[in-house]
Amino acid sequence: MQNPYLPYPVRIDDIITETEDKNLKTFKLVFLNPADEENFSFQAGQFAELSIAGKGEIPIGIASSPTEKGFLAFTVNKVGLVTTHLHNMKVGDIMGVRGPFGNWYPWDLMENKNVVIIGGGFAFTTLRSSIVYMLDPANRSKFKDIHVIYGARTPGMLLYGDELSAWEKRDDINMHITVDATDDPDWKYNIGFVPTITDQKAPAGDENTYAIVCGPPIMIKFTQPVLDKLQYDHDHIIMSLEMRMKCGIGICGRCNIGKEYVCKDGPVFTLGQLNNMPKEY
Amino acid sequence: MKCVKIDKKLFAGGIERLQTSYRLFGPVKDNNFHDFQALHVGETPDPTMLNTRLSPKSIVYPQSELMFEYSLDDSKKDSHILKEIVADNSPRVVIGIRPCDAKAFLLVQHNFDTLEYKDPYWVRAYEATTFVGLACNTPCSTCFCTTAGSGPFHEAGSDVLLVDTGDYYVAKIITPKGENLFKLAGWEEEAGSDNAAGEIENLKQAAEARITTRVNTDKLREKRTTDLFDASFWEEFAFSCINCGTCTYVCPTCWCFDIQDEVSKTAGVRMRNWDSCMYPLFTYHGSGHNPRDNKTKRLRQRFMHKLKYYVDKYEKGIQCVGCGRCIRFCPVNIDIRKLCEAMNNFEPAQKSI
Ligand SMILES: Cc1cc2nc3c(=O)[nH]c(=O)nc-3n(C[C@H](O)[C@H](O)[C@H](O)COP(=O)(O)OP(=O)(O)OC[C@H]3O[C@@H](n4cnc5c(N)ncnc54)[C@H](O)[C@@H]3O)c2cc1C
Ligand code: SF4
Ligand code: FES
Repeated sequence: MQNPYLPYPVRIDDIITETEDKNLKTFKLVFLNPADEENFSFQAGQFAELSIAGKGEIPIGIASSPTEKGFLAFTVNKVGLVTTHLHNMKVGDIMGVRGPFGNWYPWDLMENKNVVIIGGGFAFTTLRSSIVYMLDPANRSKFKDIHVIYGARTPGMLLYGDELSAWEKRDDINMHITVDATDDPDWKYNIGFVPTITDQKAPAGDENTYAIVCGPPIMIKFTQPVLDKLQYDHDHIIMSLEMRMKCGIGICGRCNIGKEYVCKDGPVFTLGQLNNMPKEY
Repeated sequence: MKCVKIDKKLFAGGIERLQTSYRLFGPVKDNNFHDFQALHVGETPDPTMLNTRLSPKSIVYPQSELMFEYSLDDSKKDSHILKEIVADNSPRVVIGIRPCDAKAFLLVQHNFDTLEYKDPYWVRAYEATTFVGLACNTPCSTCFCTTAGSGPFHEAGSDVLLVDTGDYYVAKIITPKGENLFKLAGWEEEAGSDNAAGEIENLKQAAEARITTRVNTDKLREKRTTDLFDASFWEEFAFSCINCGTCTYVCPTCWCFDIQDEVSKTAGVRMRNWDSCMYPLFTYHGSGHNPRDNKTKRLRQRFMHKLKYYVDKYEKGIQCVGCGRCIRFCPVNIDIRKLCEAMNNFEPAQKSI
């Protein structure tokens, strides 16, 4: 009987400090057994449980894209027991990964549609996965216009800086990067909160347009009225939720909202679905 | 169905014979309460018990269970790599389990044993276990099993059902597992089936008649989750709750657990422990945010899970067998029957559109 709690052993291959406050680091992990990588076949939007022997496990969105082979990447914010320990680990250290878990952004529904990605803070991880996936030469033609509205407090708090600049230069993706405030005279992008920039830059909603919204609760709260104003149907607004988790497979009973387990039936829900679920997240 | 008659004088001998093939568990009196414990050679289930304080769920799903082991000693080749710990899954038998508790395992099975994921610890332990049920001739005043999908003579979940008829037990053999166990015990005297069936039926009717409290669950399905969730009665029901978690620990159908690592020097284990939705840490995010940040929300979760979410998710009725333990042991007399009534009868003041 397969044990769904048993992590695949992985080695830390690279660690990148992403933000100026050094609280966010990206970990590139390589499977010790190549066969495990085959079994770990995932879609953009899914998450995994990172396991550290002696400390425990944490659910983290997969930041690498299914089109990137040979490694998995996770961007982790330092908050508590496991994340702090992980931040102190070194290249070459051995840890574990379980997954992939949860559902993903509805890639089949979004084929031949416009995709508007709206992200704030460090919730940009699975959105990075999604952008890399859509921009892959094998996939780009499957989607129409792609817009990305991504904001952080300051320029130094934006994740994946080099990639953001590279995407800015492309003509097959419309980037709208923003910061809450900056005194950097060289800042050449937007200044303003994500909801404001969404109001200014996002295309109007219609049956051919989907919005994927991920960010802190406050950003989500103020972005929703903007999307309503732009006439996005609630079934076309896609969100990814967070709950405290343990098992990641819908068994330990921890992460439910109503009858749905966020780890297994989510973390991706449409706003239309959430409207019919208890407001308990 | 095959019925076997066991002379009570021969009961202990059979139990003794089973000791060579099974690990035996049965209700034993421990101070003021009965609880399920391993039966030592010569020990038999205590016939005076009405029901145990804790449910027998721990025989399949221990309160604390080791899952993995590992070494943190970097000089070892496989340090930091987890290895599964497989528990002793040799055949075991639970003798004298009440029909409600046996049924509870079937409700819990929908959680641990699914098409997508199988919890190997639970599934192996459950498969290794044979359940010898003991019908209730004298149910307690807090029992409401007959309207909670079970009953004092309910058979689902038991491999054999024993009925106490005075000098004899009459046993209904329900599954091949049960039949095998009876062979090994040497209990093979067939009861004249007409006679036995009639006797069982009479006792069953008498027992069912003694159960006077009930729950109505017929309208739970059709209620809107968000209406029930926003109902005004939660505050009132939760007013006296102290979030002690007793109700979840004694419950045969509560299954939530936590996973923790524990290390001594360089040897570590990953284990799981029963957890409770009544505790604040259950949903506490690392960021400090807690979606269930007060006791009313936690109490609401417990009862919504049992009486609405489970009902909708699995379409197998409520996640409760009516054993009444939470009613008996709650220090402040919170009564699931009253909550069920409030939920089943709830009409939102205004239909939200
Ligand atoms: C689907 C999903 C995707 C996520 N993706 C990311 C990501 O890409 N990057 C990132 O930095 N963070 C992400 N998080 C949040 C991250 O899981 C928590 O910050 C992390 O578990 C905190 O662990 P800790 O041990 O440091 O904190 P502690 O407060 O010490 O927590 C102890 C344990 O509780 C559980 N826990 C605590 N907080 C959370 C939480 N918010 N969510 C789930 N479990 C929790 C974990 O098992 C954790 O080990 C995600 C959460 C979910 C549910
Ligand atoms: S046993 Fe009673 S007081 Fe304790 S948590 Fe349950 S309902 Fe609340
Ligand atoms: S994390 Fe265990 S049920 Fe979702």
